[in-house]
Amino acid sequence: MPDREEILSKVTASLVDALGVSEDEVSPEASLTEDLGAESIDFLDIVFRLEKAFGIKIPRGDLFPENLLSSPEYVKDGKLTDGGLTVLRVKMPYADLSQFTENPVVSELGRLFTVGMIVNYVADKLGSQAA
Amino acid sequence: MRWMWVDRFLALKKGAYAKAIKNVTLAEEHLHDYSPYYPMMPAPLMIESMAQTGGVLAGYSDDFRHEVILAKIEEATFGDPVVPGDQVTIEARLLESREEGSRVGCRCSVDGREVASATIMFANLDRSKIGLAPEGNFVFTEELVQLLRVSEAAEAETP
Repeated sequence: MPDREEILSKVTASLVDALGVSEDEVSPEASLTEDLGAESIDFLDIVFRLEKAFGIKIPRGDLFPENLLSSPEYVKDGKLTDGGLTVLRVKMPYADLSQFTENPVVSELGRLFTVGMIVNYVADKLGSQAA
Repeated sequence: MRWMWVDRFLALKKGAYAKAIKNVTLAEEHLHDYSPYYPMMPAPLMIESMAQTGGVLAGYSDDFRHEVILAKIEEATFGDPVVPGDQVTIEARLLESREEGSRVGCRCSVDGREVASATIMFANLDRSKIGLAPEGNFVFTEELVQLLRVSEAAEAETP
């Protein structure tokens, strides 16, 4: 099974092809939308490329969850409620929520979709395939 | 003007391949608008021909359950100009397909000579989410479906 560096390298190559960015723009902390300019259709392109690069199947919603905040009780005054944060932890287990939870502003949700999140997902997927 | 940039389907194999033709004629006004004194088929309309061929393949492979929308052109190349009198053969191969969308590789040729190619991504939209009745068709209109019937496109072996 490839190590984390190898996974990051392949993820980087996939993102360079999908988003037309340069390699040095792709860091683990980089947000797909805020830093790399990804749009909604790019997420599908990224999934196609990751499946091909790693020989894995990514079920719909697994990597990029849909309908994250499906109930109005999850948001109040532009911030996630405790209930909303609980749902977020369940739906985005591969994202780093440590900073976001300190000030969970809904408009900052896009920042959670990072390169590192993709690496975490792929590593977990490959690990469970090998097991 | 009808927005049909494919004249006939020659082959349509679900989940795999489609082949169609587009005849280019001097009577098409947009050729002259695009390139005065040297009428040629505009590159964007060659993209549209490939998108329509590939889109039909993607939709047919999905049993026309969704509206198939051109979402992204990953890459496109163009060669010699396509001029009146040319018959463009458009081939599309379904490279990848998921519930959310698909990727299609397309190629245009004239007399066997490649004149354009593109890799196109399509997004599948649920009719209910875009305000259409389940049986309604926005992309796959009766016109397009009629084109397929007239073409009597048959299952063909993928070359």
